[in-house]
Amino acid sequence: MTNELNYILESKNVNVYYGELHALKDINLKIQKNSVTALIGPSGCGKSTFLRVFNRMNDYIDSFKIEGDVFMEGQNIYDKKVRVDELRKNIGMVFQKPNPFPKSIYENVAYGLKIQGIKDKEFLMDRVENSLKQAALWDEVKDDLKKSALALSGGQQQRICIARALAVEPNVLLMDEPTSALDPISTAKVEELINELKEKYTIVIVTHNMQQASRVSDNTAFFYMGDLIEHAKTEDIFRNPKKERTQNYITGRFG
Amino acid sequence: MKKRRLEYFIELILKACAVVTILTTIGIIWVLLSESLTFFKEVSIKDFLTDTEWTPLFAKKHFGILPLISGTLLTTFIAVCVALPLGLVIAIYLSQYAPKRFRKIIKPLLEVLAAVPTVVYGFFALMVVTPFLQNLIPNMAGFNALSAGIVMGIMIIPFVSSLSEDALQAVPKSLKNAAYGLGSTRFQTSFRVMVPAASSGIIVSVILAFSRAIGETMIVAIAAGQQPRLTANPLVPIETITAYIVQVAKGDVPHGTLEYRTIFAAGITLFVFTFILNNISFWIRKKYREQYD
Ligand SMILES: Nc1ncnc2c1ncn2[C@@H]1O[C@H](COP(=O)(O)OP(=O)(O)OP(=O)(O)O)[C@@H](O)[C@H]1O
Ligand SMILES: [Mg+2]
Repeated sequence: MTNELNYILESKNVNVYYGELHALKDINLKIQKNSVTALIGPSGCGKSTFLRVFNRMNDYIDSFKIEGDVFMEGQNIYDKKVRVDELRKNIGMVFQKPNPFPKSIYENVAYGLKIQGIKDKEFLMDRVENSLKQAALWDEVKDDLKKSALALSGGQQQRICIARALAVEPNVLLMDEPTSALDPISTAKVEELINELKEKYTIVIVTHNMQQASRVSDNTAFFYMGDLIEHAKTEDIFRNPKKERTQNYITGRFG
Repeated sequence: MKKRRLEYFIELILKACAVVTILTTIGIIWVLLSESLTFFKEVSIKDFLTDTEWTPLFAKKHFGILPLISGTLLTTFIAVCVALPLGLVIAIYLSQYAPKRFRKIIKPLLEVLAAVPTVVYGFFALMVVTPFLQNLIPNMAGFNALSAGIVMGIMIIPFVSSLSEDALQAVPKSLKNAAYGLGSTRFQTSFRVMVPAASSGIIVSVILAFSRAIGETMIVAIAAGQQPRLTANPLVPIETITAYIVQVAKGDVPHGTLEYRTIFAAGITLFVFTFILNNISFWIRKKYREQYD
């Protein structure tokens, strides 16, 4: 029973279809609270699809169909009663390509709070500052909060997107290859950030970079063609994987 | 050998078409300019721009263009007030809410609005809208700016809605995902992210609709009256630049007289307006393209 509380997200017998394509096959996986879980696997194996299952971003894809149950803190998030906009205030997402709004830095970070109806200027400014600090961007932009977010570098834009997601203080942060468009220095910054963030947040991150997975994550799930092959502590997956497929993948024997 | 000669021939025809178009444009501008220059030898530009009466066909002649400009702007303003909110709401609905299949039916239906002959709209304004409005506003005149403007607004709805919809569709999908990902409702996504991101395209659509309304002739000639009047009152007869040009061109004013030349002065005024508007929209579009590249 006490063990149960340590899990914030759980997928139970989840099957996902895009039309005829069976993209996720009977996935059972629990995600530990205040940990970083890495989703790895070859291209097209369903990592992004699985990530989007948790904040229901697949719902906008016409051919998408899901079977099974997904729980967040005991609540079935695919229940008809659940409002997706409320759900997503608890589960933030950072996308592969930085996607700041064509608005100022301040407006970007404050957006999630403003749509919740918060108008208190001081409160907003506080949150914006804190979020930018957490995203390790404050020092670079503090004199220029009115500048368009589009005028920043790619790495800075991605950290804006992280700050924007953090500003609403979600419980979970989903990150889909957040560093794939970044240079090594920005990547290092984001990874450092992930390590700090797990104090407060639960993070699920998709990555193609094995070193990154081993550097930032506590647990790793390996997907292959829609199947969850192996899910364990990251060091176990990388030191002595139980399945041959996992072994082959992490040692780079197939792509 | 034969093929090559054919191709040369085709190229020649295409070139000729292009040259004819350019020559026509130059010709039109030249006639407009030279006739207006003759006009402005007799009437000072100052009188033209500041006199508040336009009575070139009366015994006591005044050549102030302001009443015609006010008539034009009044009907245009009413038209844009109708077309902007309706067109924008339609565009948002079609691009953000409507199922694909529904959109495919509605879009061509909307374009029909732009395909109706304007003379039909004119009669519609005069015979249907005006009597209807007179029930609500008893002291409204039979010819007035309001009905003409409203009907013109309906006519230009598809300009606003289809160009605005294109602008909304052109907003990168990643922005929509970002908005939804942060817990925005569909309404918030539409109005806080999509519309602002598409704003330059939407503004362009409105300017083009504006420019179309300024040049519109038939509806205002039929339903707005032929009484040049410097007023902002939409309930009384007025005259627009275009309606005046029609009045003189189809009337019995002898060619070559000062009275006749007034239509070129009026025409060049109209040309200046639409030219400026088109340039503004061109400039915005250019800027906007740079933003997304
Ligand atoms: N919108 C969609 N419509 C139809 N099929 C899709 C859609 N998105 C993904 N798929 C399919 O679902 C499968 C899993 O895709 P997904 O994007 O989840 O893989 P991935 O592991 O994230 O790959 P990558 O590493 O390349 O990002 C693929 O076969 C893909 O073609
Ligand atoms: Mg992916």
